[in-house]
Amino acid sequence: MNIVVLVKQVPDTWSERRLRADDSTLDRDAADAVINELDDYAIEEGLRLQEAHGGEVTIVSMGPQKAADAIRKALSMGADKAVHVTDEALRGSDGLVTSAVLASVLGRTGFDLVILGSESTDARMGTLAAMLAERLGVPQMSFASKVETDGSKITIHRQADYGYDTVEGALPAVVSVVEKINEPRYPSFKGIMAAKKKPVETLSLADLGMDASQAGLAASATQVVSFANRPPRAAGTIVTDEGDGGAKAAEFLASRKFI
Amino acid sequence: MPRTTAPAPTDLLRIDDELSDEERLVRDTVRTFAADRILPNVADWFEAGTLPRELFPEIGKLGLLGMHLKGYGCAGMGAIAYGVACRELEAADSGLRSLVSVQGSLAMFPIWKYGSDEQKEEWLPRMAAGEAAGCFGLTEPDHGSDPGSMKTHAIRNGADWVLTGTKMWITNGGIADIAVVWAATDSGIRGFLVPRGARGFTARNIHKKLSLRASITSELYFDDVRLPGSAVLPGVTGLKGPLSCLSEARYGILWGVTGAARACFEAAAEYARTREQFGQKIGGFQLTQRKLAWMLADLQRAQLLALHLGRLKEAGQITPEQVSLGKMSNVRTAIDIAREARTVLGANGVTLEYPVIRHANNLESVLTYEGTEEIHTLALGQAITGISAYR
Repeated sequence: MNIVVLVKQVPDTWSERRLRADDSTLDRDAADAVINELDDYAIEEGLRLQEAHGGEVTIVSMGPQKAADAIRKALSMGADKAVHVTDEALRGSDGLVTSAVLASVLGRTGFDLVILGSESTDARMGTLAAMLAERLGVPQMSFASKVETDGSKITIHRQADYGYDTVEGALPAVVSVVEKINEPRYPSFKGIMAAKKKPVETLSLADLGMDASQAGLAASATQVVSFANRPPRAAGTIVTDEGDGGAKAAEFLASRKFI
Repeated sequence: MPRTTAPAPTDLLRIDDELSDEERLVRDTVRTFAADRILPNVADWFEAGTLPRELFPEIGKLGLLGMHLKGYGCAGMGAIAYGVACRELEAADSGLRSLVSVQGSLAMFPIWKYGSDEQKEEWLPRMAAGEAAGCFGLTEPDHGSDPGSMKTHAIRNGADWVLTGTKMWITNGGIADIAVVWAATDSGIRGFLVPRGARGFTARNIHKKLSLRASITSELYFDDVRLPGSAVLPGVTGLKGPLSCLSEARYGILWGVTGAARACFEAAAEYARTREQFGQKIGGFQLTQRKLAWMLADLQRAQLLALHLGRLKEAGQITPEQVSLGKMSNVRTAIDIAREARTVLGANGVTLEYPVIRHANNLESVLTYEGTEEIHTLALGQAITGISAYR
C-alpha cells in the first residue's frame, strides 16, 4: 500500500507564539519548531498500516528549509522517504493554496491512502483534509480514532462528541486522525542513523509546474486582517459546597461537555 | 509520546547550535522520553528506593543501550550523541544515566571490545534491546580506589575457572542477567562473564542509601563459582581492561552531570521568578541574581568542556588525563550548582516536590564513583608534575 503522511512543522505549543507585526503571518523565528502534534499520530498510523499491509510510507511536508528537521524525525520514526516542498513564494499561504500545492505533490507521488492530523496547532483551521479530498476527488474520512483497511476498502471510527460513527469508503482516500487513535513511537537511535540514508526529494513551486503568483499571501483566499493578544484569564468560579458540591461540579463539567 | 519538548532557553551561549541534526534529534528524543516516562515518576521511585525493571526494554527500544557501539543491534552513534543522551537522561535523574552508563560502557563495552565472537553474539543484541541487564564488578568492600589489590580471584581447574570473592557498590547488580567480573589470576587481572543463576553466585541489594535511590546498587558474592573456559574475556589481561571501560563511562558522566546541573539551575531560576518575599519576586534580589548568574556561567563552562572532550573523542585523540579533568571538574561544578540552587529554593529545596535535593544527593555518589574526585585530582597532579602521589 502506498501511504502518504502529510507533516507540518509548527511552533512548539510550549513556547510563546507570535504573529509578525508587518504582515500578520506566523513569526517562525520566535519559537522552537516541532512536528505538529497530531501529525505524530498520523505518522504512527501510517507506519502501523504499513507494518500490517506492506508497502511504503512517504512523508510530504510543505514548509521552510527548517522543516527538514520535521521530515528527519518522521524518517527516524520509520517512514521510507520524503518530499519537501519549499519555496520562498509559499510564505503566508492559506489552507486553500496549501491544499493546491499538496494535491499537486500527491499527483506526483500517487497514493492509496493519505493520512494527516485533523488540525495543526498553529492555524487550527482543520480544513485541509476536506480541501484535499475535494481536489483529489477521493473520499474524505475525517477525525479518525480508528482505521481499518483490507487494501481496497477503508473503515474508520469518526470521533464525535457523543461517541463515534463508523464510516466506510473505498481507497484511495484521505484520512485525518485524532490523538485517540494510537500512541506514537519515539524515533529510535537506529532509526535516526538509518534516516540519514533515506531519500528526500526537495521540490520548488516550479518543479510542481506552479507559478509563484499562485502561492503565498497574495494568492491566498483568506488573510489575517488584525489580531490581538488573548485577554488575561478571567477569575474562576468558586462553588461553595453546601451538600450539593458534587452535583454542581458535575453540572459544570456537563456544561463544558466534559461529561 | 504525547508531546515534544523544545530546548529550554537556558543555553545563553547557544552551545547546542554546535550539535548536528542527528545529535539534536537524539537530544529531543531523550528529553521527550524523560518528560513522558521518567520525570512524572522519578521522585516516587527515589523515595521508594526502586527503579522499575520494565524501563530496561523501553530504554533499549530507543537505542540508548550501547548506542555508541557498532554492530550487534547497537545504533553506532558518535561520542557527542552519546554524551548528549547522557546529559538529557541525567537531567531527569543520575540513577537513570547510571543505568545506561553501566549497561553500555561498563558491561557491553568490554564484551564488545574484548569478548569472543560467541560472547558478543550471545549477549550484545539482547543487552542492546534491554532484554538482558548487565553489571560491572570491579570495586570490592576493601578495594575501591585501589582495584589492583583486589581479593577476588579465579583459578584454573582443568578447562574451567573457579571464581571466589566479593564485589561491592555494583550498579544493576541485583537485576543483572550477566555480570562482567574482574578477578586476579596467575597471569594478571582477567574479565569473566558470570550469568545470573551460576551456582555460587548471589547478589544482595544495598538499602539505606540516601543517594542514587532510583538505581539498584548491590553486593555480589562469588563462592567457588565454576565457569567454563569460554567465560573469560579473551581480549585483555591486566588492569587496563577495567580501566578502559571506566574511561568510557567517565566520559558519559562528564556530559551527564551537566544535565543534572541544568535541571537544578532551571528549577532555581523558575522559583526565583515566581517566589515572593518582602513584597517582591526573589529573582529581583541582587543576591539571588548573583547566584543565578554564576550558576549559568559555571553550567555553560561545563557544557563547553563536555563538547570539547566529545570532539577529541570523536577524533580518536582523547586521553585518560583529559577524561579525568572533565570528570573531576564537571562533577564538582554540578554539585556546586545543585547546592547553590537548593539555597534559592529555601526550605522547598529539600523536598522531593522539586528536583534539586534529589540531584544534589545523587551527585554525592557521582562525585565518588568511577574514580573519586581525589583520585582524578592525583591523576592530574601526576600528569602535571610527573610524580605519582598515590602509587
